[in-house]
Amino acid sequence: MSSTSKRMRALVATGAIGTTMALVLAGCGARAGDDTAAAGSSAAASCVDTSGDTIKLGFLNSLTGGMAISEKTVSNVLHMAADEINAGGGILDKKIEYVQEDGATDWPTFAEKTEKLLTQDCVAAIFGGWTSSSRKAVKPVVEKLNGLFFYPVQYEGLESSPNIYYTGATTNQQIIPAMDFLAAEGVKTLFLAGSDYVFPRTANAIIKLYAAKLGIKIVGEEYVPLDKDDWTSQVAKIVAAKPDFIFNTINGSSNVGFIKAYYDAGLTPAKTPIISVSIAEEEAPAMGHEVTGNYASWNYFQSLETPTNPKFIESWKAYPNSSGVTSDPMEAAYISLYLYKALVEAAGSFDVNAVNAAAKAKPITFDAPEGKVTLDGENHHISKPGHIGRINADNQFDIVWASDKFIEPDPYLEGYDWFPADIRKQLTDAAG
Amino acid sequence: MTKKPWISLSGIGVFAVLLLAVAPLVLSDHWLNNLGKYCCWAIAAVGIGLAWGRGGMLVMGQGVFFALGAYSMAMHLTLETAGDRVPGFMVLYDPLAPLPMFWEPFRSTGFTLLAIVLLPVVVAGALGYALFKRRVKGAYFAILTQALAVALATLISSTIRETGGDTGLSDFKYFFGFVLNDPANRLMVYLIAATLLIVCLLAVWQFYRSRFGELLVATRDAEERVRFLGYDPANVKLVAFVVSALMASIGGAMFVPIVGIITPAEIGAAASILMIAGVALGGRASLFGPALGAMAVGWGQSSLGSTWPDGWTYILGLLFVVVILFLPNGLSSLPARLMRRQRPGPVEPPAPAIAPAELEEVKS
Repeated sequence: MSSTSKRMRALVATGAIGTTMALVLAGCGARAGDDTAAAGSSAAASCVDTSGDTIKLGFLNSLTGGMAISEKTVSNVLHMAADEINAGGGILDKKIEYVQEDGATDWPTFAEKTEKLLTQDCVAAIFGGWTSSSRKAVKPVVEKLNGLFFYPVQYEGLESSPNIYYTGATTNQQIIPAMDFLAAEGVKTLFLAGSDYVFPRTANAIIKLYAAKLGIKIVGEEYVPLDKDDWTSQVAKIVAAKPDFIFNTINGSSNVGFIKAYYDAGLTPAKTPIISVSIAEEEAPAMGHEVTGNYASWNYFQSLETPTNPKFIESWKAYPNSSGVTSDPMEAAYISLYLYKALVEAAGSFDVNAVNAAAKAKPITFDAPEGKVTLDGENHHISKPGHIGRINADNQFDIVWASDKFIEPDPYLEGYDWFPADIRKQLTDAAG
Repeated sequence: MTKKPWISLSGIGVFAVLLLAVAPLVLSDHWLNNLGKYCCWAIAAVGIGLAWGRGGMLVMGQGVFFALGAYSMAMHLTLETAGDRVPGFMVLYDPLAPLPMFWEPFRSTGFTLLAIVLLPVVVAGALGYALFKRRVKGAYFAILTQALAVALATLISSTIRETGGDTGLSDFKYFFGFVLNDPANRLMVYLIAATLLIVCLLAVWQFYRSRFGELLVATRDAEERVRFLGYDPANVKLVAFVVSALMASIGGAMFVPIVGIITPAEIGAAASILMIAGVALGGRASLFGPALGAMAVGWGQSSLGSTWPDGWTYILGLLFVVVILFLPNGLSSLPARLMRRQRPGPVEPPAPAIAPAELEEVKS
């Protein structure tokens, strides 16, 4: 009997010690509503070392898992940009020393690695990511630790953060131009097909609102999880709905299954063309089927004729492990490192607050392969030209439509009266 | 199994001092937070050790119970952050729809804590009752639990507005009124997780020493004989299964404030198997094996996965094969084996992964 009571005592004692320690600590921790609560980031002092002749930057992409096939390219082009900048003398005369981390296509891993890069490796800024889910995992961590994250892929908009710079398109630079193109083509009915996650769902919510304004009828909307590639039953619904056009927000390898089902069902680009926002020069040859005649909406195409594009294509083709073709996400990643360089040089410092102040002080520009882009210091997005390309037999894109000027980034669609103000308010409230 | 109880108990004591006192002093914030995450997996692993190591039930879907705790906690923290408003991610997909009904009760702290404890007990209780009374066991039981984990992960992925889908739930600002960004509060959350791990270890230590523990091992090794002796093996297994589910739920609940995000990938088939892998590596039937194995796998993922992203999964796989081949009782049996080699004595037979009686049934 006595041994049982001893055991019980041991159990109770451990519980009591742990609870007491936790409670004592709780006494000094901030609570909801405290004044200090707002200044949570002040707790994390920056540990970035700027004394030497190098500066540490973090590169974070999925090198393993399902997204590796896309993200390795972004990672590789970041390495190329770093090599180029180092060959040119570095940033503020400091050579870039990068720490590469693997996000492993797992969103909590993205959060963990972000924290590691900022607190253990003490990097001045982090570059990378691809899926919106990975960005949404990184966002609270960079905000908490007052770090910087440069995100290089087109996304669904409706977001801004003092700690994130977005060098890919927001909705009014990719989705809305695509809809304008469809309206100009005289499209009357549209079918929405997407992967089941945050980007396609949000993009389609916006497409539906704008379609109502343009008088385009949405005749169907289907989703399949990111990791599934059987589209047979969904494509059967497309055949039955007979749309003029298909708006494709499918991401990654699921596109292969979609394209297969599309041709198996007897659909053709001549009668039911697809406009995609995730199929670029890299993906087109990997579809396992001829995709000639279908469309894509991007800001950058390899076929663009700008002063800086030939050099970019040439450097990339010569770079080790290069895929040989350039595409929009890799160009945006390339921009992100140069944009950071321009920001730091304008600020004269690697300090996050100084960099953000420099972004607001005067317009930061960069002669990108897509043209001269300008950073909006308030919402941390960049201006971009809108382009629609049509896939040709070489799996390159013939430009069939271009916006008349560079489109200013408008992540919350404030300049579009068809986007309901109360939704915008709810979203900004929820973000703040 | 343990002949000298005080050795195990003082082992738990040393472990407690290391986790609660030494680790916070020597580890950086980042590694302490990682250690907290490993503690959550270890809590679930202790439960797997009980159900699988001692009970012979290969629970391949502990992600289901991990999810019950994790999503209960995550829903509460999301609502706490959102206040009176509908959470931001829901507004994105359908701006005008209200909060889903099943979210409402999770506003309450009491309901959330109760749900973390009661949901796994009810679900595992009903499931276990239905399965064990029908004498479903062995490979059938393993496949069934695994299928449940896959089904739940798919369900969560496809209900994006209700659960956050593949992106998961994240961006929690508060933990029951405490600001999560505050380092002192983060230390508090870590200490709660570490304490819960110690409490779970003490609980199974007590279980293993009790008559119930003996009965559980007897059921694992010779279920029919236990039945002939007048006990109902179904009840014995049910208790072990429910306790292991409860531990997985507690681990999941603490995972959320520590890691700051929960997604279906953390609870699906792969995650559930990784939990089993840690337990097998450490030694499924031992007291410390499951916890230490789970923590080692977690550490490998953070550390080796960082320096060698492509290689780490191969290392884990290789280690797994080597351990199963040469150390069927896990790494924790290594010291005893080495000692025995020097001083020959009675050799303990390895605990079978699936009880011999069940194997025969599978064969027939």
